[in-house]
Amino acid sequence: MVVFDKPHALADVPLHYCPGCTHGIVHRLVAEVLDELGIEGKAIGVAPVGCSVMAYDYFNCDMIEAAHGRAPAVATGVKRADPDEHIVFTYQGDGDLASIGMAETVHAAARNENITIIFINNAIYGMTGGQMAPTSLPNQVTQTSPYGRDVKACGFPIRVCELLSELDGPEYLERVTVNNVKNIRNAKKAIKKAFQNQIDKKGFSLIEVLSSCPTNWGMTPQKALEWIDEKMIPYYPLGVYKDRSAKEEK
Amino acid sequence: MSEKILMKGNEAIAEAAIAAGCRHYFGYPITPQTEVAAYMAKKMPKIGGTFLQAESEIAAINMVYGVSSTGKRVMTSSSSPGISLKGEGLSYLAGADLPALVVNVQRGGPGLGGIQPSQSDYFQATRGAGHGDFHMIVLAPNSVQEMAQLTVKGFELADTYRMTAMILADGTLGQMMEPISLDFDIAPAPAKPWATTGTKMERPHNIVNSLFLKPEELEKHNFLRYDRYRTIEENEVMYEEYMMEDAEICVAAFGIASRVSKNAINEARKQGIKVGMIRPITLWPFPKAPFMKAAEKVKAILSVELSMGQMIEDVKLACECKVPVTLCNRVGGMIPSPDQVLKAICDLQK
Repeated sequence: MVVFDKPHALADVPLHYCPGCTHGIVHRLVAEVLDELGIEGKAIGVAPVGCSVMAYDYFNCDMIEAAHGRAPAVATGVKRADPDEHIVFTYQGDGDLASIGMAETVHAAARNENITIIFINNAIYGMTGGQMAPTSLPNQVTQTSPYGRDVKACGFPIRVCELLSELDGPEYLERVTVNNVKNIRNAKKAIKKAFQNQIDKKGFSLIEVLSSCPTNWGMTPQKALEWIDEKMIPYYPLGVYKDRSAKEEK
Repeated sequence: MSEKILMKGNEAIAEAAIAAGCRHYFGYPITPQTEVAAYMAKKMPKIGGTFLQAESEIAAINMVYGVSSTGKRVMTSSSSPGISLKGEGLSYLAGADLPALVVNVQRGGPGLGGIQPSQSDYFQATRGAGHGDFHMIVLAPNSVQEMAQLTVKGFELADTYRMTAMILADGTLGQMMEPISLDFDIAPAPAKPWATTGTKMERPHNIVNSLFLKPEELEKHNFLRYDRYRTIEENEVMYEEYMMEDAEICVAAFGIASRVSKNAINEARKQGIKVGMIRPITLWPFPKAPFMKAAEKVKAILSVELSMGQMIEDVKLACECKVPVTLCNRVGGMIPSPDQVLKAICDLQK
């Protein structure tokens, strides 16, 4: 009896991610949801620029590689091309979504574009070797903030869920993490809901996943998962920031 | 003969795009092309299409990228500063071999420039729309009728060769009204087995992508793309010759400059000056052969442009500088008068 199998939507290829990186977990959760909702054949994913740039090789559904930060605009085009048939998701990191692509993110949310966004927040630019991200914490040491992020010079981190929650547009915003089994189960539930919302034509759903980057944080994988609890969650509290349908049902 | 309708150039583009089967338009307001968006905003909802005013030119071209990935005909339009913003997307469209129609109703530059007509985006359109080795098919109408016809043609060429076709117009052509026929022959769009429309669990996944980290693989893609470009150069060159049979002076002009030049040529002919014109309709691929042929019999070529001299470089390359090529121009939103062009012709006759 098979009790644990690879999701069909996840390609059977080696992932290039560093040891201890949580991209692999989140990829798997997305693939499990595509399987469970039976939507792999309708799904079109949009990969970002950053560590997950090659996500187009890792999902078995149709995939598009977008320019840096432009995934929500590309996804808008794909969704509008056939709103009844296409299930469209983007998978983006913090530099992609919250820095160079902030305008595309905010406006897709404001339009309540009926797409699903998986937002990986690991507080650093991974692919280019560990530079300061729009979500790097105050005093966080990175390659481009070698003395720690000085908020007087570089400004403060951006809390994406809180920022978008002020808009009337978006349907669903939740921040989760994947640093332990309980949190992974919560993350899966949120991701599933974000896709179900799209199937139900409810509109824009964004799941922010607090993720680890042991390589660029300079930590062991275990220490990196602890750092999420110790440093990231206090600045980026987990929880549902918007759930319009639930609110309306009350 | 079919019925003629009085239309603005910008509206003719929009109407022709709809006739060509385009049901998705994304744009951002900018003078002097906003009528395209306004026309689409009115029409698209009534025919089950999508009009979306994007948050920026950058978002608009990426929405185009998204629709094109699914195989549907799609367009955006803008004017010079907006086309600069689209440059990133144009490069990605080229890298991913996606078809699209992009309209540039040019205005004076650089920078914010002005809102009056210009042809100073010639280099950008024919050489450097974005980073990397690539071309767009560049179509240069000189009448409202051609704004419409070349829009239809642009969609067909874009689909055939999986690349961007650009209508390079200018503020005059966009704003002026002329009677046109809307009777088009529309060829059916080719099959697009590469499109990302969902696997339906019936085929391996399609990937739309411009990233190739292995240099030998990226080189191969570039070589293949340029093989396709050579086919285009062989088969798709369009130009018009006017009174070139006995011409001793050749005017080179496209778009609105060719309309002005034609008046000047007619006047010069009245004065007994043997002058004709080669009007490139495709700016890329550039009609090299007719200029080479002309260079064997004319004594000079006059390039009439609304720029500081951009097409003149292609004219010189095409005729390998076998005859003197001189420039007659106005810039910054100014248009050469027929008298200015006539005087330049007369100067060459001396």
